[in-house]
Amino acid sequence: MAVTVHVASVIQKVVGDQKQLEADGSTIAELIADIEARYPGFRAQVADESGELHRFVNVYLNDEDVRYLGGTGTELGEGDSVSFLPALAGGGSFLPALAGGASFLPALAGGR
Amino acid sequence: MTEAASGNGAQPGGSAFTPDEVMRYSRHMIMGQVGPVGQRQLRNASVLVVGAGGLGSPVALYLALAGVGRIGLVDFDIVDLSNLQRQILHQTADVGRPKIVSAKESLLAYNPHVTVDTHEQPITSDNAMEIIAGYDIIVNGADNFATRYLVNDAAYLSGKTLVDGSILLFDGQVTVYKPGHGCYRCLYPAPPPPGLVPSCAEAGVLGAITGIVGSIQATEVFKQILDIGEPLVGRLLLIDALTMDFRMMKVRRDPACPLCGDAPSIHELIDYDQFCGTPPLIVPAEALEAAGGAPA
Repeated sequence: MAVTVHVASVIQKVVGDQKQLEADGSTIAELIADIEARYPGFRAQVADESGELHRFVNVYLNDEDVRYLGGTGTELGEGDSVSFLPALAGGGSFLPALAGGASFLPALAGGR
Repeated sequence: MTEAASGNGAQPGGSAFTPDEVMRYSRHMIMGQVGPVGQRQLRNASVLVVGAGGLGSPVALYLALAGVGRIGLVDFDIVDLSNLQRQILHQTADVGRPKIVSAKESLLAYNPHVTVDTHEQPITSDNAMEIIAGYDIIVNGADNFATRYLVNDAAYLSGKTLVDGSILLFDGQVTVYKPGHGCYRCLYPAPPPPGLVPSCAEAGVLGAITGIVGSIQATEVFKQILDIGEPLVGRLLLIDALTMDFRMMKVRRDPACPLCGDAPSIHELIDYDQFCGTPPLIVPAEALEAAGGAPA
């Protein structure tokens, strides 16, 4: 089951500096195993030695936190999107995704 | 330790707008969603901004420009040359000065009609509830996990809405925690072990991302004050500045949350350095001197 994986900047180094990659798996656990096989060290970024997801890393299936689905056992479907999102502590116009259908975007002319 | 300052002695709330204020806020007041009534709501509002750095700077700046009547700032840091790549309330001549001082000067220079309260001290378990009690809405621009959990807990226990933002590298996250609709602990139940997730100082941050995230935080504050639009409550906005992708994730209230869940175990503030496994805060000597003594 091929899904699209989004990786937050802070853990992109372990996947070859990619923001997005394709991976296989019928569950979140299998997906992590597939990525780990190609990019050793990825699993440690998102899960502990027992395979439990770190509590400071959120994993989303599409827009839903997998903790409210089936955790690492959450089943994946063709075309799904999975995002790995660690907590950020840095203190240092939103256009919604246009998913088909008619959309109306007014021209914005204001500059001051 | 707290000092209030107003540029012209104007009393937020009560009096009619002066001709200068009407002109100043005219681009807001002509909008149906704001109008004179909304502008008065902004003037009557009080907002606490935790941190006068990368995020706190644009948030506080837009609050001041919009005429939010009372803006509170909490910070104890000193302006460093490396701050000036993104922290727009401070300028080159401010290097070495307390951030709270240069921030207040900048805000009043932009708009003398607002009041700026300064809290020149670290926000801690000892003072957070007292500081937060004085404001309608709280904005989190903290730069470490211990302060993020502290501000989250204090805002929830005070029944205050928290507008939260964070940044690192080219990424930003923004959400709004309204009591009863989830909190930072619901989103991230535990902090990462110290050193695992780098800070902006360690990993770097794109200066302009602070403006994007801070402006969105300020927008969410305005929406809360004016009660307009759809707030980022129950939603986490993810921003990738490199691809300029904006994505939205759901934020749910966790029934097992120790703070806002069905059977909470946290009823008062805790030791957040211990919770996060981080060493206690070291306050720069210059900040201690500026604050007039030891931090609370």
